[in-house]
Amino acid sequence: MSYRSLYPRDLFAELDRLQQEMQQALDLSPSIRGLNRGGFPALNVGSTPNSVEIYAFAPGIDPDAIEVQLEKAVLTIAGERKPDLPGKEEKSTVHIDERYAGRFRRVVSLPDDVDPNQVEARYRDGVLHISVQRRQAAQPRRITIE
Amino acid sequence: MSDNPAFSKQARSASAEAALMPPVNVFEDTAGITLYADLPGVPKDKLNLQLEADTLTIEGELSLDTPEGMEATHAEIGLPRYRRVFTLSKELDSEKVSAELRNGVLKLRIPKAEHAQPRRIEVKVA
Repeated sequence: MSYRSLYPRDLFAELDRLQQEMQQALDLSPSIRGLNRGGFPALNVGSTPNSVEIYAFAPGIDPDAIEVQLEKAVLTIAGERKPDLPGKEEKSTVHIDERYAGRFRRVVSLPDDVDPNQVEARYRDGVLHISVQRRQAAQPRRITIE
Repeated sequence: MSDNPAFSKQARSASAEAALMPPVNVFEDTAGITLYADLPGVPKDKLNLQLEADTLTIEGELSLDTPEGMEATHAEIGLPRYRRVFTLSKELDSEKVSAELRNGVLKLRIPKAEHAQPRRIEVKVA
C-alpha cells in the first residue's frame, strides 16, 4: 500500500481506525472484479441517489494522458506516470524511492443503474474525479397515494 | 528518551490527529536535496510546510468536492490528512528551501550550505 498510516502515539485512535477498516471490508459486497486495495491510483468511491462518484488519487499526471473508459457498468482508468528520478548521467544518489512510476490500470464495477452517457471527469490537485449519473428509473420515487 | 526536549515536542505535534504518510522520493546531488511527495487532493492553501530547527514537517489537508449527501462506499484514502516529518542534517541550508505544488505533487529543493558544497582541491606541483 502506497499510503501508509502514520500512527500517532494514540493506540485507541489506531484501534478505532482498524476496526473501521475491517467493518468497511466486511460491508462491501464482494464483486467479481474485487476492489483490490493498494494499487495505483488509490480509489475512493461514493454514491448519492443520483450519481456514483469515483475519486482516483493520481498525482503528477498530465490529464490528457489519462484514459478513462466506461463500458456498461465497468469503469477503467489507465495511464502512465513518468518517473521523477534523476537520470543516471547526473551525479546523484537516490535515498528514498516510494512513489509509483510506470503504467497503471484499475478497473471498477459500478452499480448496474449508471448511465454511461452521463459521465463527467475532472482533474484537480492530482485527483481525478469521475461522476457518473444514475438512470432516472432507478432513483427512489415517492409514490403519492390518491 | 522523554528527557529529550526535541523528541517530546515532535511527539506532541505528531499525535494531534491521525494522518496518512505520503510516499516520497528523495535524492541528492552535489548542490542539495530534492524531495517529491505525493499529496493528491491537497490544494495550495491547505498545504503546511514547517521548518523548525532541523525538523521539516509536511502537512496537507484533503479538499475534495463531494456532492451533498454522498455516502462513501469504498475508501483507500481513509483519512483527510497527510503528514510526514523529516530531520534535516546540518549541512543543508534551511533558509533557502524552495517549494512547488503541482497536480498534487510537492517538490522541495533544499540546497546545501555554501561551506558544505564539495570543492575540488587543486593539487599544485611544487
